[in-house]
Order: sequence, then structure tokens, then C-alpha cells
Amino acid sequence: MAQATATKVGDPAPALELPDTEGDIHTLPTQGEAPATVVFWTCNHCPYALAWQERLAQVARDYGARGVRFLAVNSNDAERYPRDSLEAMRERVREEDWPFPYLHDSSQQVARDWAAQVTPHVYVLDGDLRVRYEGAPDADHMDPAQNAAWLREALDDLLSGGQVSRAETEPVGCSIKWK
Amino acid sequence: MADEAPKVELLWWQGCPSWEGALAILREEMSAVGLDPASVEVREVRTDEDAGRQGFVGSPTIRISGRDVQPPDGEPAGLTCRVYRLRDGRISSLPDRADLRQTLANAIEGGGQ
Repeated sequence: MAQATATKVGDPAPALELPDTEGDIHTLPTQGEAPATVVFWTCNHCPYALAWQERLAQVARDYGARGVRFLAVNSNDAERYPRDSLEAMRERVREEDWPFPYLHDSSQQVARDWAAQVTPHVYVLDGDLRVRYEGAPDADHMDPAQNAAWLREALDDLLSGGQVSRAETEPVGCSIKWK
Repeated sequence: MADEAPKVELLWWQGCPSWEGALAILREEMSAVGLDPASVEVREVRTDEDAGRQGFVGSPTIRISGRDVQPPDGEPAGLTCRVYRLRDGRISSLPDRADLRQTLANAIEGGGQ
């Protein structure tokens, strides 16, 4: 599958307009509306995404009060991977404590625009909607004590007005399931 | 130890990065129980048809004397990543070492294939 040029640190974030599991449309904030925005790809069937889910949710709870926005996106082909269907996404949101909207990218266009590769693949945007961090939540999906440290460091650097010291890491997870 | 060594297979799909880690811990556990770690059969599953034929429910899948180290619970065959549940409850892309060790030990006691 041909991908767009990868969205890298320093680039402006591609546009994003997607429905959540209840059909409400979400977009990126406007410039200056939020001090930081976290956009990450995830899904229902990947062990990496599942293992990191609670850590990402806790980051959203911890930083949401400081105005940081979070958007979770599922772009997987639900026809071949029924566990990533909209209905399955809705069921998860209703059964679990999701502190962010779970967006359905059924056409996969947003994943192509961002050149997202795996689940999870995390992007942190600054208030001007430029990418300031791209990669994994932390160093080890199997170690909850890692506590999404790379993502937290990026947010702390950004919210303190400085440069993100560790701006890129290798995203690790399951490949996005293209149609 | 039984005369005939158990057949150890690892099936993998390129969409999941964990298979090499799984192979490493599998070989360590094989060595620990006296099996030749080089004897593991490593096979790539490339298509949905392959997955269906081989009953492959996700990568990595490890079978010892034909027995899955964490027998699947009704998951359909297909090219996907395997979700393992470790003995402490954590979700992982790798099987629990203790499950590997136990399955290897059971196969050795049972006399290979």
C-alpha cells in the first residue's frame, strides 16, 4: 500500500476529521486552542495496543486537566479483522473507561495522510499543531512500570515551553491492517 | 528424558514484530530442558489461505509436539498478532516463559510427538 510521506517531528499535522463510536465528529483543535494534542493509532486486537492502553489512558487522565487533548484512532480493515469493527469499538468504549474519543477511520485516509504505521503509533502536537514527538509510549509494552514515560516526558517538555528532548522513538506494535 | 525429542514449531507472520523475541525465549527454554535449540522449525505464514490450512490464529504461534503453548480459545485462523495472557494477568505479544517450560516438559515426559 503506497503511503504518504511520513509525518515527522517538525511537520504540521495533517488534517483529521473522524467520527467517534457514537458518530460525533472530532477534529484537531484550532491553533492555540490546546497547549498540546496527542493523536495515537490503536486497535482492538493487537497485543501491543492492548498492553499499552491503560498507560495511555492514565496519561490522558493526568494531563487532561492541563488542557491536553487526546484522540485515539482505529484505521484497521474491519472486513478482514472483525474485532476492529465499529461495533466492536463501541462495545469496548462502553465496557471500559476511555478518557478519550475512539475514532473510526473506515476509509483509512487519515492513517495514509499521517503515514501511521503500527498500533500504537503516538504523535504529540504543540499548540500550533506541529508534530513535536512521534513514536512509542515508552520502551516496553510488557512493563507497566514504564508508565508511558516517553510520552509523559514529551508532554512535560512541551508544557514547560521547552524543546522535546526525546522527540523521536521507534513506534513498535502491530502493522496497521490495510485494505 | 524420552528417546525422541518433541517437535517444536514456531509459526510467524511479518505483520507482528514479536516473533524474533518469541524465538529467542523459546530457544532459551529448549536449552534449559536439554533440547537442541537449533531444532526448532520456524515457518513464515504468508497468506490467509496458509493461515487457514495451518490453523494459525496469530503470530507468533508455538507448538510443541503439536500442542499450542497457550491453546486458542475459539479465535479464527488469520494473519494477525497473537494476544497472550501472562500468568500474572498482563497482556503480552509473547507467551509466558512458564507456559513454554511446562509445555516442553510435558512433551518430553510424553515421549516427543
